[in-house]
Amino acid sequence: MEKTSAAPKDVTAYPLEFLVPRSYASLLGRKILSFSRTIRGLVAFALITLAVTLTKFNHAARVIHPLLRAQIQRSGVGLLPIVGLLALALGFIVIGQTVALLTQFGAQNLTGVIMVAVIVREVGPMATALLVLAKIGTATVIELGTARALGEIEALEALGIDPVHYLVMPRVLGQALSIFALTVYLIVFALASGYLFAFLQDVPISPRVYVHQLAAALGWGDFLLLFLKTISFGAIIAVVTCYEGLARPIRLDGVATATTRAVVYSLGLCVFVDAVFMFYLLV
Amino acid sequence: MEPIAATALEKVIELTGVAVASSDSPDVALIEGIDWEISAGDYWVVAGRPGVGKSELLAVAGGQNRPLAGAVRLFGREVSGLGGDEWLPERLRVGFVFDEGGRLFNQLTVEQNLALPLCYHRDCEAGDVAGEVREILELTGLTAQARSFPGRLNLAWRQRVALARALALRPDVLLLDNPLSGAQGRHVSWWLDFLARLSAGQAGVSDRPATLIVCAEHFNPWSAHARRFGLLRDHRLEQLGGRAEVEGREDFWLPEPTAAG
Repeated sequence: MEKTSAAPKDVTAYPLEFLVPRSYASLLGRKILSFSRTIRGLVAFALITLAVTLTKFNHAARVIHPLLRAQIQRSGVGLLPIVGLLALALGFIVIGQTVALLTQFGAQNLTGVIMVAVIVREVGPMATALLVLAKIGTATVIELGTARALGEIEALEALGIDPVHYLVMPRVLGQALSIFALTVYLIVFALASGYLFAFLQDVPISPRVYVHQLAAALGWGDFLLLFLKTISFGAIIAVVTCYEGLARPIRLDGVATATTRAVVYSLGLCVFVDAVFMFYLLV
Repeated sequence: MEPIAATALEKVIELTGVAVASSDSPDVALIEGIDWEISAGDYWVVAGRPGVGKSELLAVAGGQNRPLAGAVRLFGREVSGLGGDEWLPERLRVGFVFDEGGRLFNQLTVEQNLALPLCYHRDCEAGDVAGEVREILELTGLTAQARSFPGRLNLAWRQRVALARALALRPDVLLLDNPLSGAQGRHVSWWLDFLARLSAGQAGVSDRPATLIVCAEHFNPWSAHARRFGLLRDHRLEQLGGRAEVEGREDFWLPEPTAAG
Protein backbone atom coordinates (compact mmCIF):
# COMPACT_ATOMS: atom_id res chain seq x y z
CA MET A 1 0.00 0.00 0.00
CA GLU A 2 1.23 3.46 -0.87
CA LYS A 3 2.34 5.56 2.00
CA THR A 4 0.05 8.53 2.43
CA SER A 5 1.59 11.97 2.43
CA ALA A 6 -1.69 13.73 3.29
CA ALA A 7 -1.26 13.36 7.04
CA PRO A 8 -1.74 16.79 8.60
CA LYS A 9 1.46 18.30 9.88
CA ASP A 10 -0.07 21.44 11.30
CA VAL A 11 -2.38 20.19 14.01
CA THR A 12 -4.01 23.59 14.55
CA ALA A 13 -5.27 23.58 10.97
CA TYR A 14 -7.60 20.68 11.79
CA PRO A 15 -8.22 21.18 15.46
CA LEU A 16 -11.57 19.46 15.94
CA GLU A 17 -11.32 16.79 13.28
CA PHE A 18 -7.88 15.80 14.35
CA LEU A 19 -8.95 15.26 17.93
CA VAL A 20 -12.50 14.00 17.36
CA PRO A 21 -13.50 12.41 14.03
CA ARG A 22 -16.18 14.43 12.28
CA SER A 23 -18.66 11.55 12.40
CA TYR A 24 -18.37 11.31 16.18
CA ALA A 25 -18.75 15.06 16.62
CA SER A 26 -21.85 15.18 14.44
CA LEU A 27 -23.26 12.11 16.16
CA LEU A 28 -22.82 13.85 19.50
CA GLY A 29 -24.41 17.01 18.10
CA ARG A 30 -27.37 15.08 16.75
CA LYS A 31 -27.82 13.33 20.09
CA ILE A 32 -27.74 16.61 22.00
CA LEU A 33 -30.24 18.21 19.61
CA SER A 34 -32.57 15.22 19.75
CA PHE A 35 -32.30 15.14 23.54
CA SER A 36 -33.18 18.83 23.86
CA ARG A 37 -36.10 18.37 21.43
CA THR A 38 -37.43 15.47 23.48
CA ILE A 39 -37.13 17.38 26.76
CA ARG A 40 -38.93 20.37 25.20
CA GLY A 41 -41.66 18.07 23.93
CA LEU A 42 -41.96 16.35 27.29
CA VAL A 43 -42.29 19.63 29.18
CA ALA A 44 -44.93 20.87 26.73
CA PHE A 45 -46.80 17.57 26.98
CA ALA A 46 -46.64 17.63 30.79
CA LEU A 47 -48.04 21.19 30.82
CA ILE A 48 -50.87 20.21 28.46
CA THR A 49 -51.68 17.25 30.71
CA LEU A 50 -51.64 19.50 33.77
CA ALA A 51 -53.93 22.03 32.09
CA VAL A 52 -56.36 19.29 31.01
CA THR A 53 -56.32 17.80 34.53
CA LEU A 54 -57.07 21.16 36.11
CA THR A 55 -59.78 22.22 33.68
CA LYS A 56 -61.46 18.92 32.85
CA PHE A 57 -61.05 16.71 35.91
CA ASN A 58 -64.80 16.45 36.42
CA HIS A 59 -65.74 16.61 32.75
CA ALA A 60 -67.42 13.35 31.59
CA ALA A 61 -66.73 12.04 35.09
CA ARG A 62 -68.77 8.88 34.57
CA VAL A 63 -66.48 7.84 31.75
CA ILE A 64 -63.15 9.15 33.01
CA HIS A 65 -63.31 8.36 36.75
CA PRO A 66 -63.87 4.62 36.18
CA LEU A 67 -60.76 4.72 33.95
CA LEU A 68 -58.85 6.37 36.78
CA ARG A 69 -60.03 3.68 39.20
CA ALA A 70 -59.09 0.98 36.68
CA GLN A 71 -55.62 2.51 36.38
CA ILE A 72 -55.16 2.51 40.17
CA GLN A 73 -56.37 -1.09 40.24
CA ARG A 74 -53.95 -2.03 37.48
CA SER A 75 -50.80 -0.22 38.51
CA GLY A 76 -51.49 -0.15 42.25
CA VAL A 77 -53.52 -3.04 43.61
CA GLY A 78 -52.46 -5.34 40.78
CA LEU A 79 -48.79 -4.86 41.63
CA LEU A 80 -49.18 -5.50 45.37
CA PRO A 81 -48.08 -9.18 45.25
CA ILE A 82 -44.87 -8.43 43.35
CA VAL A 83 -44.18 -5.40 45.56
CA GLY A 84 -44.60 -7.69 48.55
CA LEU A 85 -42.11 -10.12 47.08
CA LEU A 86 -39.63 -7.33 46.33
CA ALA A 87 -40.04 -5.96 49.86
CA LEU A 88 -39.38 -9.39 51.32
CA ALA A 89 -36.23 -9.74 49.23
CA LEU A 90 -35.09 -6.18 50.09
CA GLY A 91 -35.73 -6.80 53.77
CA PHE A 92 -33.83 -10.07 53.80
CA ILE A 93 -30.92 -8.99 51.64
CA VAL A 94 -30.33 -5.37 52.59
CA ILE A 95 -31.81 -4.78 56.01
CA GLY A 96 -31.14 -8.18 57.54
CA GLN A 97 -27.47 -7.97 56.65
CA THR A 98 -27.12 -4.34 57.78
CA VAL A 99 -28.67 -5.10 61.15
CA ALA A 100 -26.48 -8.17 61.57
CA LEU A 101 -23.34 -6.19 60.65
CA LEU A 102 -24.20 -3.29 62.97
CA THR A 103 -24.72 -5.75 65.79
CA GLN A 104 -21.27 -7.25 65.21
CA PHE A 105 -19.78 -3.80 65.82
CA GLY A 106 -22.14 -3.09 68.69
CA ALA A 107 -23.79 -0.23 66.79
CA GLN A 108 -27.38 -1.46 67.02
CA ASN A 109 -28.57 2.01 67.99
CA LEU A 110 -27.81 3.18 64.43
CA THR A 111 -30.20 0.66 62.86
CA GLY A 112 -33.12 3.06 62.65
CA VAL A 113 -31.08 5.85 61.05
CA ILE A 114 -29.69 3.54 58.38
CA MET A 115 -33.08 1.96 57.67
CA VAL A 116 -34.68 5.35 57.16
CA ALA A 117 -31.83 6.60 54.98
CA VAL A 118 -31.69 3.50 52.81
CA ILE A 119 -35.24 2.21 52.60
CA VAL A 120 -37.51 5.20 53.24
CA ARG A 121 -35.54 7.89 51.43
CA GLU A 122 -33.80 6.05 48.60
CA VAL A 123 -34.41 2.41 47.80
CA GLY A 124 -38.16 2.27 48.52
CA PRO A 125 -39.35 4.99 46.13
CA MET A 126 -36.84 4.08 43.40
CA ALA A 127 -37.49 0.32 43.53
CA THR A 128 -41.25 0.86 43.33
CA ALA A 129 -40.87 3.32 40.47
CA LEU A 130 -38.71 0.83 38.57
CA LEU A 131 -41.27 -1.90 39.10
CA VAL A 132 -44.13 0.25 37.83
CA LEU A 133 -42.01 1.42 34.90
CA ALA A 134 -41.15 -2.15 33.94
CA LYS A 135 -44.63 -3.55 34.30
CA ILE A 136 -47.04 -0.71 33.54
CA GLY A 137 -44.94 1.94 31.80
CA THR A 138 -43.83 -0.37 29.00
CA ALA A 139 -47.39 -1.62 28.52
CA THR A 140 -48.56 2.01 28.31
CA VAL A 141 -46.16 2.83 25.44
CA ILE A 142 -47.16 -0.30 23.56
CA GLU A 143 -50.91 0.26 24.04
CA LEU A 144 -50.85 3.94 23.14
CA GLY A 145 -48.25 3.52 20.38
CA THR A 146 -50.32 0.80 18.74
CA ALA A 147 -53.49 2.87 19.09
CA ARG A 148 -51.73 5.84 17.52
CA ALA A 149 -50.24 3.76 14.71
CA LEU A 150 -53.67 2.28 13.92
CA GLY A 151 -55.25 5.74 13.79
CA GLU A 152 -57.43 5.36 16.90
CA ILE A 153 -56.33 8.76 18.18
CA GLU A 154 -57.73 10.49 15.07
CA ALA A 155 -60.92 8.49 15.60
CA LEU A 156 -61.17 9.82 19.17
CA GLU A 157 -60.66 13.38 17.96
CA ALA A 158 -63.25 12.91 15.22
CA LEU A 159 -65.76 11.90 17.91
CA GLY A 160 -64.93 15.04 19.90
CA ILE A 161 -63.09 13.10 22.62
CA ASP A 162 -59.90 14.75 23.88
CA PRO A 163 -57.18 12.03 23.75
CA VAL A 164 -55.21 13.68 26.57
CA HIS A 165 -58.29 13.74 28.76
CA TYR A 166 -59.37 10.19 27.90
CA LEU A 167 -56.03 8.39 27.67
CA VAL A 168 -53.35 10.40 29.46
CA MET A 169 -54.99 12.02 32.49
CA PRO A 170 -56.21 8.75 34.12
CA ARG A 171 -52.79 7.17 33.57
CA VAL A 172 -50.80 10.07 35.04
CA LEU A 173 -53.02 10.45 38.13
CA GLY A 174 -53.43 6.70 38.59
CA GLN A 175 -49.73 5.94 38.32
CA ALA A 176 -48.68 8.83 40.59
CA LEU A 177 -51.10 7.72 43.32
CA SER A 178 -50.21 4.05 42.82
CA ILE A 179 -46.47 4.60 43.14
CA PHE A 180 -47.03 6.58 46.34
CA ALA A 181 -49.24 3.86 47.86
CA LEU A 182 -47.01 1.01 46.69
CA THR A 183 -43.92 2.69 48.11
CA VAL A 184 -45.56 2.95 51.52
CA TYR A 185 -46.43 -0.75 51.39
CA LEU A 186 -42.94 -1.65 50.19
CA ILE A 187 -41.32 0.29 53.02
CA VAL A 188 -43.56 -1.26 55.68
CA PHE A 189 -43.08 -4.79 54.32
CA ALA A 190 -39.31 -4.32 53.88
CA LEU A 191 -38.81 -2.97 57.40
CA ALA A 192 -40.89 -5.81 58.84
CA SER A 193 -39.22 -8.57 56.85
CA GLY A 194 -35.80 -7.08 57.66
CA TYR A 195 -36.56 -7.34 61.34
CA LEU A 196 -37.77 -10.89 60.80
CA PHE A 197 -34.43 -11.77 59.19
CA ALA A 198 -32.48 -10.14 62.00
CA PHE A 199 -34.64 -11.96 64.53
CA LEU A 200 -33.96 -15.29 62.84
CA GLN A 201 -30.23 -14.56 63.08
CA ASP A 202 -30.58 -14.05 66.83
CA VAL A 203 -29.67 -10.37 66.70
CA PRO A 204 -30.33 -9.01 70.19
CA ILE A 205 -32.71 -6.20 69.29
CA SER A 206 -36.30 -6.21 70.51
CA PRO A 207 -39.21 -5.11 68.27
CA ARG A 208 -39.89 -2.27 70.67
CA VAL A 209 -36.34 -0.92 70.38
CA TYR A 210 -36.38 -1.39 66.58
CA VAL A 211 -39.63 0.55 66.19
CA HIS A 212 -38.42 3.26 68.56
CA GLN A 213 -35.21 3.65 66.60
CA LEU A 214 -37.16 3.96 63.33
CA ALA A 215 -39.54 6.49 64.86
CA ALA A 216 -36.66 8.53 66.22
CA ALA A 217 -34.90 8.55 62.85
CA LEU A 218 -38.02 9.57 60.92
CA GLY A 219 -38.87 13.25 60.74
CA TRP A 220 -41.92 15.00 59.24
CA GLY A 221 -39.66 16.02 56.39
CA ASP A 222 -39.22 12.37 55.46
CA PHE A 223 -42.96 11.93 54.96
CA LEU A 224 -43.14 15.05 52.84
CA LEU A 225 -40.10 13.94 50.84
CA LEU A 226 -41.59 10.47 50.35
CA PHE A 227 -44.85 11.96 49.12
CA LEU A 228 -43.23 14.44 46.73
CA LYS A 229 -40.73 11.95 45.40
CA THR A 230 -43.18 9.15 44.70
CA ILE A 231 -45.75 11.47 43.12
CA SER A 232 -42.98 12.95 40.91
CA PHE A 233 -41.75 9.50 39.89
CA GLY A 234 -45.28 8.41 39.01
CA ALA A 235 -45.97 11.56 37.03
CA ILE A 236 -42.61 11.32 35.21
CA ILE A 237 -43.12 7.68 34.22
CA ALA A 238 -46.70 8.24 33.08
CA VAL A 239 -45.94 11.45 31.17
CA VAL A 240 -42.85 10.01 29.43
CA THR A 241 -44.53 6.74 28.47
CA CYS A 242 -47.69 8.50 27.26
CA TYR A 243 -45.59 11.04 25.34
CA GLU A 244 -43.57 8.36 23.58
CA GLY A 245 -46.69 6.39 22.71
CA LEU A 246 -49.02 9.20 21.83
CA ALA A 247 -47.47 12.55 21.10
CA ARG A 248 -45.42 11.71 18.04
CA PRO A 249 -46.48 10.13 14.76
CA ILE A 250 -45.52 6.49 15.00
CA ARG A 251 -45.73 3.40 12.84
CA LEU A 252 -46.29 -0.09 14.15
CA ASP A 253 -42.66 -0.99 13.59
CA GLY A 254 -41.59 2.02 15.67
CA VAL A 255 -43.42 0.94 18.83
CA ALA A 256 -40.54 -1.23 20.08
CA THR A 257 -38.03 1.64 19.71
CA ALA A 258 -40.43 4.04 21.40
CA THR A 259 -40.77 1.63 24.32
CA THR A 260 -37.04 1.35 24.95
CA ARG A 261 -36.64 5.11 24.54
CA ALA A 262 -39.42 5.70 27.07
CA VAL A 263 -37.73 3.39 29.58
CA VAL A 264 -34.38 5.15 29.18
CA TYR A 265 -35.88 8.64 29.48
CA SER A 266 -38.09 7.69 32.45
CA LEU A 267 -35.16 6.15 34.26
CA GLY A 268 -32.88 9.08 33.51
CA LEU A 269 -35.42 11.66 34.63
CA CYS A 270 -36.30 9.73 37.81
CA VAL A 271 -32.61 9.52 38.76
CA PHE A 272 -32.20 13.24 37.99
CA VAL A 273 -35.20 14.18 40.15
CA ASP A 274 -33.93 11.87 42.88
CA ALA A 275 -30.60 13.68 42.79
CA VAL A 276 -32.34 17.06 42.98
CA PHE A 277 -34.27 15.94 46.06
CA MET A 278 -31.08 14.59 47.65
CA PHE A 279 -29.29 17.87 46.91
CA TYR A 280 -32.04 19.86 48.66
CA LEU A 281 -31.96 17.46 51.56
CA LEU A 282 -28.21 17.85 52.05
CA VAL A 283 -28.06 21.60 51.56
CA MET B 1 -76.08 19.06 22.94
CA GLU B 2 -78.72 21.29 21.28
CA PRO B 3 -79.07 20.36 17.62
CA ILE B 4 -78.61 23.30 15.31
CA ALA B 5 -81.29 23.30 12.64
CA ALA B 6 -80.07 22.78 9.09
CA THR B 7 -82.01 24.59 6.41
CA ALA B 8 -82.41 23.06 2.99
CA LEU B 9 -80.00 25.43 1.27
CA GLU B 10 -77.53 25.72 4.10
CA LYS B 11 -73.92 25.39 3.08
CA VAL B 12 -72.67 22.77 5.47
CA ILE B 13 -69.04 22.74 4.33
CA GLU B 14 -67.26 25.50 2.41
CA LEU B 15 -63.65 25.29 1.32
CA THR B 16 -62.11 28.47 -0.08
CA GLY B 17 -58.69 28.39 -1.75
CA VAL B 18 -57.75 25.38 0.32
CA ALA B 19 -54.46 23.49 -0.05
CA VAL B 20 -54.28 20.05 1.50
CA ALA B 21 -51.02 18.76 2.96
CA SER B 22 -49.67 15.27 2.46
CA SER B 23 -49.88 13.12 5.58
CA ASP B 24 -46.28 11.95 5.11
CA SER B 25 -44.74 15.40 4.69
CA PRO B 26 -46.90 18.10 6.28
CA ASP B 27 -45.27 20.96 4.32
CA VAL B 28 -45.99 19.56 0.87
CA ALA B 29 -49.31 20.39 -0.77
CA LEU B 30 -51.00 17.32 -2.22
CA ILE B 31 -54.04 19.16 -3.56
CA GLU B 32 -54.24 22.90 -4.19
CA GLY B 33 -56.79 25.59 -5.03
CA ILE B 34 -59.90 23.82 -3.77
CA ASP B 35 -63.06 25.93 -3.86
CA TRP B 36 -65.79 23.55 -2.86
CA GLU B 37 -69.24 24.09 -1.43
CA ILE B 38 -71.33 21.30 -0.02
CA SER B 39 -74.99 22.01 0.64
CA ALA B 40 -77.19 20.23 3.16
CA GLY B 41 -78.52 17.00 1.69
CA ASP B 42 -75.85 16.66 -1.01
CA TYR B 43 -74.52 13.20 -1.84
CA TRP B 44 -70.98 13.60 -3.20
CA VAL B 45 -68.60 10.98 -4.47
CA VAL B 46 -64.99 12.03 -4.97
CA ALA B 47 -62.86 9.53 -6.83
CA GLY B 48 -59.13 9.36 -7.28
CA ARG B 49 -56.31 6.91 -7.47
CA PRO B 50 -54.60 5.67 -4.31
CA GLY B 51 -52.20 8.22 -2.89
CA VAL B 52 -53.86 11.19 -4.61
CA GLY B 53 -54.97 12.64 -1.25
CA LYS B 54 -58.57 11.49 -0.76
CA SER B 55 -58.21 10.75 2.97
CA GLU B 56 -56.33 14.01 3.50
CA LEU B 57 -59.05 15.94 1.66
CA LEU B 58 -61.74 14.41 3.89
CA ALA B 59 -59.73 15.16 7.05
CA VAL B 60 -59.44 18.84 6.03
CA ALA B 61 -63.06 19.13 4.86
CA GLY B 62 -64.26 17.73 8.20
CA GLY B 63 -62.05 20.12 10.17
CA GLN B 64 -59.94 17.25 11.52
CA ASN B 65 -56.70 18.56 9.97
CA ARG B 66 -55.78 22.15 9.28
CA PRO B 67 -55.38 23.16 5.66
CA LEU B 68 -51.99 24.35 4.41
CA ALA B 69 -53.72 27.40 2.96
CA GLY B 70 -57.23 28.76 2.62
CA ALA B 71 -60.26 28.60 4.89
CA VAL B 72 -62.64 25.83 5.92
CA ARG B 73 -66.12 26.75 7.13
CA LEU B 74 -68.40 24.22 8.80
CA PHE B 75 -72.06 25.23 9.11
CA GLY B 76 -71.06 28.82 8.39
CA ARG B 77 -68.31 29.01 11.01
CA GLU B 78 -64.66 29.16 10.12
CA VAL B 79 -62.93 26.36 12.02
CA SER B 80 -59.48 26.19 10.44
CA GLY B 81 -57.93 28.45 13.08
CA LEU B 82 -59.80 27.11 16.11
CA GLY B 83 -58.60 24.71 18.80
CA GLY B 84 -60.27 21.36 19.47
CA ASP B 85 -62.88 22.34 22.06
CA GLU B 86 -63.85 25.68 20.54
CA TRP B 87 -65.93 24.19 17.75
CA LEU B 88 -67.19 21.04 19.46
CA PRO B 89 -70.86 21.64 18.51
CA GLU B 90 -69.90 21.79 14.83
CA ARG B 91 -67.48 18.89 15.14
CA LEU B 92 -70.16 16.61 16.59
CA ARG B 93 -72.39 17.29 13.58
CA VAL B 94 -69.75 15.76 11.29
CA GLY B 95 -69.25 11.99 11.40
CA PHE B 96 -66.17 10.21 10.06
CA VAL B 97 -66.04 6.68 8.70
CA PHE B 98 -62.36 5.93 8.30
CA ASP B 99 -60.92 3.50 5.78
CA GLU B 100 -59.13 0.19 6.33
CA GLY B 101 -61.38 -1.18 9.06
CA GLY B 102 -62.64 2.14 10.39
CA ARG B 103 -60.03 2.73 13.11
CA LEU B 104 -62.20 1.13 15.79
CA PHE B 105 -61.12 1.06 19.43
CA ASN B 106 -59.66 -2.42 19.63
CA GLN B 107 -59.83 -2.65 23.42
CA LEU B 108 -63.61 -2.14 23.41
CA THR B 109 -66.42 -4.36 22.13
CA VAL B 110 -68.61 -3.22 19.24
CA GLU B 111 -71.33 -1.89 21.55
CA GLN B 112 -68.75 -0.16 23.76
CA ASN B 113 -67.31 1.48 20.64
CA LEU B 114 -70.73 2.97 19.98
CA ALA B 115 -71.47 3.83 23.61
CA LEU B 116 -68.17 5.66 24.24
CA PRO B 117 -68.91 8.91 22.35
CA LEU B 118 -72.47 9.00 23.70
CA CYS B 119 -71.38 8.48 27.31
CA TYR B 120 -68.49 10.93 27.00
CA HIS B 121 -70.60 13.79 25.70
CA ARG B 122 -73.60 13.15 27.95
CA ASP B 123 -71.59 12.20 31.04
CA CYS B 124 -73.54 9.01 31.62
CA GLU B 125 -72.91 5.31 32.05
CA ALA B 126 -73.08 2.67 29.33
CA GLY B 127 -76.38 1.34 30.73
CA ASP B 128 -78.05 4.72 30.14
CA VAL B 129 -77.41 4.61 26.40
CA ALA B 130 -77.89 0.86 25.90
CA GLY B 131 -81.25 1.33 24.19
CA GLU B 132 -79.89 3.88 21.77
CA VAL B 133 -76.85 1.73 20.99
CA ARG B 134 -79.09 -1.28 20.36
CA GLU B 135 -81.21 0.78 17.98
CA ILE B 136 -78.21 1.84 15.88
CA LEU B 137 -76.89 -1.74 15.89
CA GLU B 138 -80.24 -2.98 14.62
CA LEU B 139 -80.37 -0.33 11.90
CA THR B 140 -76.91 -1.33 10.69
CA GLY B 141 -77.50 -5.08 11.03
CA LEU B 142 -74.86 -5.53 13.71
CA THR B 143 -76.91 -6.94 16.58
CA ALA B 144 -75.20 -10.32 16.39
CA GLN B 145 -71.76 -8.69 16.60
CA ALA B 146 -72.57 -6.39 19.55
CA ARG B 147 -70.34 -8.16 22.05
CA SER B 148 -67.49 -9.03 19.68
CA PHE B 149 -64.18 -7.27 19.75
CA PRO B 150 -63.27 -5.53 16.48
CA GLY B 151 -60.21 -7.74 16.05
CA ARG B 152 -62.48 -10.77 15.62
CA LEU B 153 -64.45 -9.23 12.75
CA ASN B 154 -63.41 -9.13 9.12
CA LEU B 155 -62.73 -5.90 7.26
CA ALA B 156 -66.24 -5.56 5.80
CA TRP B 157 -67.93 -5.90 9.21
CA ARG B 158 -65.43 -3.59 10.89
CA GLN B 159 -66.20 -0.98 8.25
CA ARG B 160 -69.87 -1.34 9.08
CA VAL B 161 -69.15 -0.93 12.81
CA ALA B 162 -67.27 2.27 11.93
CA LEU B 163 -70.42 3.52 10.20
CA ALA B 164 -72.53 2.60 13.22
CA ARG B 165 -70.11 4.39 15.57
CA ALA B 166 -70.17 7.52 13.41
CA LEU B 167 -74.00 7.41 13.38
CA ALA B 168 -74.24 7.08 17.18
CA LEU B 169 -73.93 10.86 17.60
CA ARG B 170 -76.57 11.37 14.84
CA PRO B 171 -74.42 13.65 12.67
CA ASP B 172 -75.82 15.81 9.87
CA VAL B 173 -72.81 15.23 7.64
CA LEU B 174 -71.08 11.92 7.11
CA LEU B 175 -67.61 11.70 5.56
CA LEU B 176 -66.82 8.19 4.35
CA ASP B 177 -63.32 7.22 3.30
CA ASN B 178 -63.42 4.31 0.87
CA PRO B 179 -66.24 2.54 2.75
CA LEU B 180 -66.39 -0.38 0.31
CA SER B 181 -62.80 -1.47 0.94
CA GLY B 182 -62.98 -5.13 1.84
CA ALA B 183 -66.72 -5.30 1.04
CA GLN B 184 -68.04 -7.72 -1.53
CA GLY B 185 -71.37 -8.97 -2.80
CA ARG B 186 -74.14 -8.41 -0.28
CA HIS B 187 -72.04 -5.97 1.73
CA VAL B 188 -71.71 -3.66 -1.30
CA SER B 189 -75.43 -3.65 -2.00
CA TRP B 190 -76.17 -3.15 1.70
CA TRP B 191 -73.90 -0.08 1.81
CA LEU B 192 -75.35 1.47 -1.35
CA ASP B 193 -78.91 0.88 -0.17
CA PHE B 194 -78.26 2.12 3.37
CA LEU B 195 -76.47 5.29 2.23
CA ALA B 196 -79.29 6.00 -0.25
CA ARG B 197 -81.82 5.77 2.60
CA LEU B 198 -79.58 7.87 4.84
CA SER B 199 -79.37 10.50 2.14
CA ALA B 200 -83.16 10.49 1.83
CA GLY B 201 -83.60 10.75 5.61
CA GLN B 202 -85.31 7.36 5.72
CA ALA B 203 -82.68 5.20 7.41
CA GLY B 204 -84.25 5.69 10.83
CA VAL B 205 -81.18 7.49 12.22
CA SER B 206 -82.47 11.01 11.79
CA ASP B 207 -85.54 12.48 10.13
CA ARG B 208 -83.35 14.92 8.21
CA PRO B 209 -81.60 13.83 5.01
CA ALA B 210 -77.93 13.29 5.78
CA THR B 211 -75.23 15.03 3.76
CA LEU B 212 -72.80 12.42 2.44
CA ILE B 213 -69.30 12.74 1.04
CA VAL B 214 -67.77 9.50 -0.09
CA CYS B 215 -64.20 9.06 -1.27
CA ALA B 216 -63.63 6.07 -3.48
CA GLU B 217 -61.08 4.77 -5.90
CA HIS B 218 -63.49 4.87 -8.85
CA PHE B 219 -67.07 5.93 -9.62
CA ASN B 220 -68.24 2.37 -10.08
CA PRO B 221 -70.64 1.44 -8.36
CA TRP B 222 -71.48 4.92 -7.04
CA SER B 223 -72.52 6.55 -10.32
CA ALA B 224 -76.08 5.28 -10.03
CA HIS B 225 -76.48 6.43 -6.42
CA ALA B 226 -74.62 9.65 -5.70
CA ARG B 227 -75.89 12.99 -6.98
CA ARG B 228 -72.69 15.01 -7.31
CA PHE B 229 -69.28 13.89 -8.49
CA GLY B 230 -65.72 15.10 -8.11
CA LEU B 231 -62.45 13.79 -9.42
CA LEU B 232 -59.05 14.20 -7.81
CA ARG B 233 -56.20 14.26 -10.29
CA ASP B 234 -53.13 16.35 -11.03
CA HIS B 235 -53.28 17.96 -7.56
CA ARG B 236 -56.71 19.45 -8.31
CA LEU B 237 -60.29 18.69 -7.39
CA GLU B 238 -62.41 18.72 -10.55
CA GLN B 239 -66.11 19.12 -9.86
CA LEU B 240 -67.79 17.14 -12.59
CA GLY B 241 -71.41 17.95 -11.83
CA GLY B 242 -74.42 15.67 -11.49
CA ARG B 243 -75.26 12.18 -12.67
CA ALA B 244 -76.18 13.39 -16.17
CA GLU B 245 -72.71 14.89 -16.65
CA VAL B 246 -70.94 11.75 -15.53
CA GLU B 247 -72.98 8.99 -17.13
CA GLY B 248 -71.73 7.89 -20.50
CA ARG B 249 -68.55 9.96 -20.25
CA GLU B 250 -65.81 7.39 -20.57
CA ASP B 251 -62.98 9.88 -19.94
CA PHE B 252 -63.94 10.25 -16.28
CA TRP B 253 -63.71 6.58 -15.53
CA LEU B 254 -60.64 5.66 -13.66
CA PRO B 255 -59.04 2.33 -14.30
CA GLU B 256 -59.42 -0.42 -11.75
CA PRO B 257 -56.77 0.08 -9.08
CA THR B 258 -53.82 -2.23 -9.37
CA ALA B 259 -51.57 -3.59 -6.67
CA ALA B 260 -48.90 -1.13 -7.79
CA GLY B 261 -51.34 1.76 -7.22
